[in-house]
Amino acid sequence: MIPILSLITFLPGAAGIALLFVPRRSAGVLRLVSLAVTVLTFACSLPLYFGFDADALGYQFEENRRWMPTLGVAYHVGIDGISLLLVLLTTFLMPLALVSAWGSVEDRFKEFTATMLLLETGMLGVFVSLDLFLFYVFWEAMLVPMYFIIGIWGGPNRVYAAVKFILYTMVGSALMLVAILGLYYQYGAATGRYTFDVPVLAQYVMAPGLAQNLMFLAFALAFAIKVPLFPFHTWLPDAHVEAPTAGSVVLAGVLLKMGTYGFLRFCLPFFPDASLSFGPLVFALAVIGVIYGAWVSTVQPDLKKLVAYSSVSHLGFVMLGIFTLNQQGLVGAIIQMVNHGLSTGALFLMVGMIYERRHSRLIADFGGLWRIVPAFSALFLVVALSSLGLPGLNGFVGEFLILVGAFQRNAWLAAVATSGIIFAAVYLLWMYQRVIFGEVTHEENRRLRDLTPREWAVLVPVVALIVWIGVYPTAFTGKTEATVEALIMQVEAKTGVNR
Amino acid sequence: MDAIVFPPIALMPLLPTLIVLGAAMLVMALELGPRGIPRELSAVVALAGMIGALLATLAQWGTTARAFRDMILQDNYALFFNVVICYSGALVVLLSIDYLRRRGSDSGEYYVLVLFATAGMMLMAAAGDLVVVFLALELMSLSLYVLAGLFKRELASGEASMKYFLLGAFASSFLLYGIALIYGAAGTTSLDRIAAAMTARPRDPLFVIGLGLVLVGFGFKISSVPFHMWVPDVYQGAPTSVTALIATGSKAGAFAALIRVLAVVPRGLAPDGAALLWAVAAVTMTIGNVVAIAQSNLKRMLAYSSIAHVGYMLVGLVAGGAAGTGSVLFYLLVYAFTTAGAFGVITLCERSRDEAVEVADYAGLARRHPLLAAALGLFLLSLVGIPPLAGFVGKFYVFGAAVRAGYVWLAVIGVLNSAVGAYYYLRVVVYMYMREPEGAATDYAPSLAGGLALAVALLGIVLLGVVPAPFADLAQAAVAPLVR
Repeated sequence: MIPILSLITFLPGAAGIALLFVPRRSAGVLRLVSLAVTVLTFACSLPLYFGFDADALGYQFEENRRWMPTLGVAYHVGIDGISLLLVLLTTFLMPLALVSAWGSVEDRFKEFTATMLLLETGMLGVFVSLDLFLFYVFWEAMLVPMYFIIGIWGGPNRVYAAVKFILYTMVGSALMLVAILGLYYQYGAATGRYTFDVPVLAQYVMAPGLAQNLMFLAFALAFAIKVPLFPFHTWLPDAHVEAPTAGSVVLAGVLLKMGTYGFLRFCLPFFPDASLSFGPLVFALAVIGVIYGAWVSTVQPDLKKLVAYSSVSHLGFVMLGIFTLNQQGLVGAIIQMVNHGLSTGALFLMVGMIYERRHSRLIADFGGLWRIVPAFSALFLVVALSSLGLPGLNGFVGEFLILVGAFQRNAWLAAVATSGIIFAAVYLLWMYQRVIFGEVTHEENRRLRDLTPREWAVLVPVVALIVWIGVYPTAFTGKTEATVEALIMQVEAKTGVNR
Repeated sequence: MDAIVFPPIALMPLLPTLIVLGAAMLVMALELGPRGIPRELSAVVALAGMIGALLATLAQWGTTARAFRDMILQDNYALFFNVVICYSGALVVLLSIDYLRRRGSDSGEYYVLVLFATAGMMLMAAAGDLVVVFLALELMSLSLYVLAGLFKRELASGEASMKYFLLGAFASSFLLYGIALIYGAAGTTSLDRIAAAMTARPRDPLFVIGLGLVLVGFGFKISSVPFHMWVPDVYQGAPTSVTALIATGSKAGAFAALIRVLAVVPRGLAPDGAALLWAVAAVTMTIGNVVAIAQSNLKRMLAYSSIAHVGYMLVGLVAGGAAGTGSVLFYLLVYAFTTAGAFGVITLCERSRDEAVEVADYAGLARRHPLLAAALGLFLLSLVGIPPLAGFVGKFYVFGAAVRAGYVWLAVIGVLNSAVGAYYYLRVVVYMYMREPEGAATDYAPSLAGGLALAVALLGIVLLGVVPAPFADLAQAAVAPLVR
């Protein structure tokens, strides 16, 4: 039995450390090896998809080894229908992000590659960990490479953005550590067994009340900052805008999902009563985020900022879906997490491509690109339409399911959230119109090159997946439905017991 | 009149300390020898003394013995501290060799004093009697006062020595006065018999006042607020290798004696004491962290950060029990490696022929000396408490013990402080990796021994971070008989 999860988790990181010993001048070797490693990681993660039994309950591909037995800490990894998709999303986006950096990152390329690979290990570790200690280790360790990516290879204001990013997230996760310890000792005192094992702790029915509420809030704060849920989003525009393209892709594509994933994996099953009682609050904040993100996006003069704020809006939808606590909403939220990773990742990639050519991201500096770079414009259209939720593309599936779920929970708020889709159309299409259509307003733009083969190779897989999910979403939703059903039943059973 | 009965002389329990003292004698003898003897020989002898003591400690592990009528207690608790202290001492010796030569201050006395200080720290951990506590403390402190003023031509070094000496003498007198009061109440200075006497009369004001004064003395040595005023000036002014010893070994020795003394306090008094310690822990970590933010001198910043870390350790002490006190021992082990490493990097950096001590001096270090920058970065990240480095596990045990004992809010204050700490530690990382130097760049002052010390320290923080459980379990087992 090959430990696939350990393999894909540690392969990139190990390769990253090994790459540090490669001479600096051999950039070709660095490119080739890093690409080979990430593609190999993706290839190794494919058996997870095909071997995953969608009807089985519980975790699959589990590995459970002793680590610190006296403390109840184990090296326990495994995936279910939720983490499967996120693991695949991570391994899929990583080679694309790396290749996209080939043209843009010149300075300290070796360190950049190694940092990206270490980051991949951290992110995958977060998604596969089934032990709270292990999870926290990855959760915190992952911050460091992202901090370096923003701080070293970012834009002019990168240091500020990097420090803001890491301090925000560390404050959030500091309190989560106390809550983890609280949960550990409460479970230990109640059952006599001290363990950080997530499946075991998830079986524990905690009494509703102050302790559960506080622990929920501590976990929720850490995750809400990461998502980011309005009003904890202020680090995001800075980090996204300053990060290099590859960093933005990973940040938007994968990192933000760690927050929503945390809500699904920990908040709902551990603290179901608190999740229900704070549900309306989160619901309301999510709707505010949807609208607020969309409105702020509309007025952004900078392409990257526009995409960054659109993340606030899209992740608001995901949070909305999670706290509907019903089948459609949750499945929609999970698939929307993947969708956002693909379409926003692609938007960042394309903004990066145009920035490399023109060294500007201001919408006002463009116009009439349709004639100059037709292939770019066509793919940009597909990606923008996917982001705004056009039926037939992936975004529609997720948002539709989320809104179906949300209407069952609170029709008024859902109706308000629906307007977020309209605003998404406003800011994306208006941006598209100003950048791509019309007359060529700046002479410099006439000399822009269209997509290079490398850029085609980066974009085609994403666009293919965007269309595939849009046309045949069952290939992905089918993997999560059983897990989601079990999660809902668990929450209902626990809150039912307490009532 | 009874004849004076000589206690049976059993030197084996003192073996590790005796090895260190023997090495000190040898170095002194070498200094008297012909001029042709290379200076490095003193360092090698000192290092051999530390390693010999470490090996003797490991050989004695698991055995228990008492010597000199219970004045010396050799148990796993003392042996654990011996490990921490000998490692710190060995790292400091390794770091000193080239550092002192560069600064023109290499001398045999230096190593003699380091060895004496180390012996004092080890004796503090093995003290079973308040008189031994005091003697060991003075042996350590007097050596360190001199060491702090080693750079005779530098004003800051002299100031550090003077301040350290005056305030240290003040603290020693507090300690001595406290010991006298306890002696007056209990009629003995033996910790065992004091414990029995205290259990009989827990509310005797002499005990309470005496204990309070003893705590003041220790508060100075471990540099907890409000007795921390000397720390920034001494850490900044003293030679960096000495600062490393003050920050690691002397702290470990003082904590070792403090925990032994606190263990005699009967349960009846414990709650009041815990409330007091609670406040001291909270204030110590907060002041240490908040003031560290404003520092532009790296040594001074690390001084305030060391105050903050004492606050974290006090959290473990508040939690009490084998889990809480054991977590303090583990934390000290981790802290010794991390801090010796961080100061070690400073000893290897110089700018314009002078020591690089300003945070701004480290701008662009990653580009010129990536390994050195990576090492300092890892030590700082361990101080922040980023997993999988040892600093994280240390905090995890300490705060875990606090939550377990019901001190959830203290743990909350602790973790929020860690987040504050992240700001100033990462500022150094920002300079090293994200800024370019202004003016002359900071250079690496090559040192094989220093590099070796850094490698050992790095190995330590990674090993203790990835497989902490065996070491933490040893710490808890070592402390368990003490705290019952």
